[in-house]
Amino acid sequence: MSDALDVQNITVAYQESTVLENAAFSVPQGKLVGIVGPNGAGKSTLLKAVLDLVPKLHGRAVFFGDELKKVRSSIGYVPQRGEVDWDFPTNALDVVTMGRYGHVGLFRRPRKQDREVAFQSLKELGMEDYAKRQIRQLSGGQQQRVFLARAMAQDASLYIMDEPFAGIDAKTERAIIELMQKWKQQNKTIIVVHHDLQTAREYFDWMILLNKQVVAQGPTEEVFTKEKLQQAYGGQLAFLQSAASEETGGLS
Amino acid sequence: MTYEGWIIVTGVLVGASCSIIGVLLVLRQMAMISDAISHTVILGLVSAFLLTSTLDSFTMLIGAAVAGLLTTIVIQLLQNSGVQPDAAIGVTFTAFFALGVFLISRYAGNVHLDVNHALMGDIAFVPFQTVSVFGVSMPQAFLFVSVVLFLNVILAVLFYKEWKVSTFDPGLAVALGVPVAFLHYLLMTMTSVTAVSSFDSVGAVLVVAFMIVPAASAYLWTRSFPYMFVLSIFISAASCFSGYYAAKWLNVSISGSMAVMTGVFFLISFLFAGEDGIVTRVLRQKRKQRMQWNAASAAASQPERDRLNG
Repeated sequence: MSDALDVQNITVAYQESTVLENAAFSVPQGKLVGIVGPNGAGKSTLLKAVLDLVPKLHGRAVFFGDELKKVRSSIGYVPQRGEVDWDFPTNALDVVTMGRYGHVGLFRRPRKQDREVAFQSLKELGMEDYAKRQIRQLSGGQQQRVFLARAMAQDASLYIMDEPFAGIDAKTERAIIELMQKWKQQNKTIIVVHHDLQTAREYFDWMILLNKQVVAQGPTEEVFTKEKLQQAYGGQLAFLQSAASEETGGLS
Repeated sequence: MTYEGWIIVTGVLVGASCSIIGVLLVLRQMAMISDAISHTVILGLVSAFLLTSTLDSFTMLIGAAVAGLLTTIVIQLLQNSGVQPDAAIGVTFTAFFALGVFLISRYAGNVHLDVNHALMGDIAFVPFQTVSVFGVSMPQAFLFVSVVLFLNVILAVLFYKEWKVSTFDPGLAVALGVPVAFLHYLLMTMTSVTAVSSFDSVGAVLVVAFMIVPAASAYLWTRSFPYMFVLSIFISAASCFSGYYAAKWLNVSISGSMAVMTGVFFLISFLFAGEDGIVTRVLRQKRKQRMQWNAASAAASQPERDRLNG
């Protein structure tokens, strides 16, 4: 079975400052993967480079042994919530229906069946009462659930999510993690950029530690060690560690 | 059709054509790009004329489209190399426009390409310059605008969901394989072509009013993407009608008066539209205060009643 994602030496630079340096890792299928690292480690950029949303200096990404072009419809991307204009005049159901566009094809309208799938996805996330609600009237957590429903409507086999847990309520966080676990049981692969070290160990069974380069990768219990975290976070870890040890009783 | 009729109909078609483009520009927060493009197409027109020595519509359209695209590309290049985004727009369009003015006054002074006309247009003269299509005589501007409107409608409908997703969430659009860059340049081309088709009637400055103001007004009223198009077209049509009669009454420039009316409709929208209108908001707050006051006085009298009952 080929890896869900194989990243080969990706380097990205914005105006001469390197954001990612020869990032290389691979993700087996059916894993719930956390990409973890300090601020400015290039986590979001990595996702964007992998999906061709930002230009790469060199390197490439291979999905299920194939190039991106051929497998687009089986990849679901969930951008950061703040990256879209929530004042856009539309409702929740319509946003979720956008997830079906890949299945609908060029020049065609979404069919009734696509709207049905979209509505079911909203329902799955407990958002069916908000289907006709203007998206800007939704709370942050509700907006995030709309995004998740959209990804679900896409019916992908690999999901790539940028900080889905940022700035949301506890209820939404639970709903999202439950959905991810369900996807995992269906042998889907989920790759999540995550910045909260405290929950990272609990949520993910595979981890990639990133700080411009890949510091470590593999099963969570192998990666989530004091030395490796220290390597990725440097001096910042002391602070994180003291916060984490209160909760979990130490990192190692 | 009467003289009056042609003017109003042409105005309405210009408005519809501009509205389609305008809604997309406003939602993409690119309103000022239309200002830039509507000016730089003049360079395209004069360059096309100097190269081909003709002034026919098709040549003008090509010239305008090339100039418009060039404008967006240059703006993009400047922005990518560290120039402030709005400064990049300002630098590019004034330079291109100035070059256009320079070329007109140097080489094309004696043809029908004067700066005043290109800037202000004159819809009052539209009915006099006619062409004959299948034996039917109609104003040239009307024909030109109709064709461009038809193109705009086709492109808007054909790529409807692609426009929507690439405007709302470009990241997802790219990930879905939607040709986002193509759509961007297509929109820029449509903006240029629409601008030049509207030159005869409203000119480069006022075409911006028709592109941006009705769309910005519609945005305040509706929270639905398709209705925003409909409403924007409706507002610009209403501006044409009211603008024409206001001009007749006050004996002023017709296209100017129509553009002023788009501003009036915007002001009305700003004050009254939906939940965000200033007046509506104040009224709602008043009502809320009254309700709170009522509730407060009801609560205050409660112990009084309790005492009496007890």
